[in-house]
Amino acid sequence: MAAHETVFNPDDRYNAFLTVCRKAPHSDGKLAGIAVAVKDNISTQGIETTCASKILKGYIPPYDAHVVDLLKQSGAAIAGKTNMDEFGMGTTTENSAFGPTLNPCDTTRVPGGSSGGSAAAIAAGMVRMALGTDTGGSIRCPAAFCGIVGLKPTYGRVSRYGLIAYANSLEQIGPMAGTVSDVSLLMQVIAGYDRRDSTSYNKPYTHTPNPDIKGLTIGIPQEYFGAGVDPRVAEVTKRAIFRLEELGATALPCSIPSMEYALAAYYVTCTSEASSNLARFDGVRYGPAADTKKSWHDAYREVRRAGFGAEVRRRIMLGTFALSSGYYGKYYAKAQIARENVKKDFARIFSEVDVIAGPTMPTIAFKLGEKSDPLSMYLADILTVPVNLANIPAISVPCGKVDGMPVGLQIMGKPFEDERVVDVAFAYEQVAA
Amino acid sequence: MVTENDVRDIAELADIGINTEELGPFTDQFNAILDYFDVLDRVQGEGSVIRDLSNVMREDVIELSLPQEEVLKNAAFQEDGFIRAPRVM
Amino acid sequence: MTDAQVIVGLEVHCQLDTQSKLFCGCSTDYRSDGPNTHVCPVCLGLPGSMPVLNKKAIEYAMRVAKALNCSVTDEAEFSRKNYFYPDLDKAYQITQYDKPLAKGGYVEIEADEGSGGKCVQITRIHVEEDPGRLVHMGNAERGRYSLVDYNRAGIPLIEIVSEPDMRSPKEARKFLNKLRATLEYLGVFDSEKEGSLRVDANISIAGSERVEVKNISSYKGVEKALTFEVTRQKNLLRRGRTVKRETRHFLEARGITQSARSKEQEHDYRYFPEPDLRPVNVQSWVAGIVLPELPDARRERFMAQYGCSANHARTLTGELRLANFYEHVVASGQKGLFTLAATWIADTLIGELNYRNMTIDTVQAAPFKKLLEHIQGDECTDKSGVEVLRVMLDTIKQGLPYETPLAILDRLNLRKVSVNITRPFAYGITLKSGVEPNPIMKALSEVLTEQPRAVEDFRKGKKEAFNFLIGHVMKKTRGRADPKELNRLLVEALKNREA
Ligand SMILES: [Zn+2]
Repeated sequence: MAAHETVFNPDDRYNAFLTVCRKAPHSDGKLAGIAVAVKDNISTQGIETTCASKILKGYIPPYDAHVVDLLKQSGAAIAGKTNMDEFGMGTTTENSAFGPTLNPCDTTRVPGGSSGGSAAAIAAGMVRMALGTDTGGSIRCPAAFCGIVGLKPTYGRVSRYGLIAYANSLEQIGPMAGTVSDVSLLMQVIAGYDRRDSTSYNKPYTHTPNPDIKGLTIGIPQEYFGAGVDPRVAEVTKRAIFRLEELGATALPCSIPSMEYALAAYYVTCTSEASSNLARFDGVRYGPAADTKKSWHDAYREVRRAGFGAEVRRRIMLGTFALSSGYYGKYYAKAQIARENVKKDFARIFSEVDVIAGPTMPTIAFKLGEKSDPLSMYLADILTVPVNLANIPAISVPCGKVDGMPVGLQIMGKPFEDERVVDVAFAYEQVAA
Repeated sequence: MVTENDVRDIAELADIGINTEELGPFTDQFNAILDYFDVLDRVQGEGSVIRDLSNVMREDVIELSLPQEEVLKNAAFQEDGFIRAPRVM
Repeated sequence: MTDAQVIVGLEVHCQLDTQSKLFCGCSTDYRSDGPNTHVCPVCLGLPGSMPVLNKKAIEYAMRVAKALNCSVTDEAEFSRKNYFYPDLDKAYQITQYDKPLAKGGYVEIEADEGSGGKCVQITRIHVEEDPGRLVHMGNAERGRYSLVDYNRAGIPLIEIVSEPDMRSPKEARKFLNKLRATLEYLGVFDSEKEGSLRVDANISIAGSERVEVKNISSYKGVEKALTFEVTRQKNLLRRGRTVKRETRHFLEARGITQSARSKEQEHDYRYFPEPDLRPVNVQSWVAGIVLPELPDARRERFMAQYGCSANHARTLTGELRLANFYEHVVASGQKGLFTLAATWIADTLIGELNYRNMTIDTVQAAPFKKLLEHIQGDECTDKSGVEVLRVMLDTIKQGLPYETPLAILDRLNLRKVSVNITRPFAYGITLKSGVEPNPIMKALSEVLTEQPRAVEDFRKGKKEAFNFLIGHVMKKTRGRADPKELNRLLVEALKNREA
């Protein structure tokens, strides 16, 4: 299969990569010879995969994730593994055990997270496209902060097989690139049914972006322009939506009342699932060794204390608490009801409009170290998590700047209408260029 | 409101290994986050989660397992094909 | 105190006999292979791997549900049971929690007291995965550690939970035997496979706290563990102490139960729905399940078709392989063989097999049938038959070359010796001719001479003396004499002496 080889020697001054594959074999196909970066929570056979965590240092998967299989089959060259917030837990890529990634637009700022390495690698021109993962905004946030395009596909459209789970019910692998066309091209390669993922749908993506959006109706939720959103970011986004109206779309105001508790529902759900997902890292089968001279629980506790960063341990504890007897009903069960309500809100709005638009992030990229308090960091996800709770597709496309930093326009679509959000982003990209 | 003792109990249940000096800050952060989570008390609605996929199953067909050396490759300690782990007794 | 009511409920875990594991394609046929040779990213819990449900396991569990009169729920769901142990590759077990596959059935067993049956209610049936296997190594001086083999991880288990309807360890054993037979008849379980069954038992004395005994891994172990607990709990109460509500482990080798450590007592498993699997809605499949003949029906048939006694029929149909063996033996045989085979299998063969720790599948039906035909055809006595059977089983056990029952009879010189009066020369020379006496007549005449007192007693009307004399003749002939014939000969000889 590996008929050719791509030499890849990036100048990684932003710490975008955790592993660089300097000689990347590739075959012929749709992506022949294109260097594609892969987020380090996606399993790559024979290439260290750490989730930016010390607890997986040295782990070399004996198998490829389904999307990596597909990349290889399409001729792509795996350029390397990109930096991220440890296990995807963060909004800045500062939570990497191997140092933060810097934002190529301003190296005093974060690239966003958790797919910050993938976004920075693209923004810096090191690769043309990359894979990210999006649990609560982890593709769209860094896309917005770094001024690139990122798509969070409909849940089930891209196989998660081989994606090291953080919050299974929320996350999707998705394409990131400098342009909507490239995002769409990469989506063609990675979408489709996989029998190894029981939540996978047989909905391949064969679409080529079409900029014609005449007659399109766009819902504008008031919550995306209210308190907590930087007015300058809101303004830039509104202007972008106006450009879409100029192209023949109609904007309609709407409301997502469940936004009130969406973020809480999101954090309860993701930390609960994470507390279970991350328990397997015990230093027995892989990862830095557990001390076999100690007793099991002592050794296990020590592996986890030493191997996980503070944010990961905080979320494991939160999730453990939310699932514990006596609190399950108050937290986990309530969060699931809240989640259904978010889905219902979206379904109601989508019965009247084709897509929903708003800013991707409430602000521009933070300064490094700015978000030291966990809760204030969580609050930054408020505009991206509803999409994950509802399992719908959403794309972030650059739509202007504030203080010289990029702002992302977020287009959210109906389930399995990934093509439509791509078209809207493409239409905007064409007029903005 | 959770206390430092509660956080210690949660850490014990999670088997996460918490340092004494972390206990104070963790407790403060926990309380801030849990206060925020209280918004869930206002959630109204039915409990059932609607999942449109069901009966996703495979046929009972044997597929290739990993070669033993691949299984053991990532393990720090091995012995006669077994993986060594700390004592449980 | 002795009549304090014992209350027992069981949670029975059986490995379902599928080809591949519950959530991956690894083969379940791991017992003869090295450690960690039947594992893949899924059952090794490698990061990023995902489970895909084996349809056959669900079908098998549904067969069990139907056979145990349970109703299959309209939506079943898998959940994660979170606990941390090195044999649990993902640090959670995928099982079913609040939405099991089936609920509410019953199993009929014979009650301890009196005749007739009783119903043990089934609370629920669900499907879950087996963890791996741990081997404990080292010692206190040189350090202890564990070795893990994940070959067993992911083998499908069915868990059958009963209501606390059993009233003695013996009833629990009967319930278990019935369950085993039913599962085997359904073709979903192989009880012969090592470690294919595990039982957790709840046991209490009426009015006291309940104790959970975990990890009993054999049929005999269940009765043993429960008997130990009954004694322990009754003793506590007798001494005026109370039974603590707790979890205990059964130590099979020592036949005792031991309190589990405090960490295991608490168990907050933090169950939540497995997000990587979808719900199972299979209620509509139930109608399409055709059940095979089950133990009760087969027992009735054995009585009707072969004239087996109730006891024999129950024993023979209590194990699928035994019932099949019986039907092989009597197939195309005559009516006389039916009862003979039932008696020989139920009363003799099972005991001889147990004594040798052998299973019925090591025995071929054809040679066994031959042996029965020799007995039937008067070529050997029951006693010799047993001896031949023992040789046959030993031969199998030691892997020696096969020998026909007839050859064994001849080799051991066990072929029936008979004094056929109608054919006086059948065995050469009769006693009267005085040349080479028939061994039976010879023994008989010797015994009459050697035991004058017994002869005298008989004459005085002591019936026991007759059996005493028979016994001595039998001893001398090493059991080769046909008892019926010997009786007749002795009666005749004693009559002659009187005359
Ligand atoms: Zn497997």
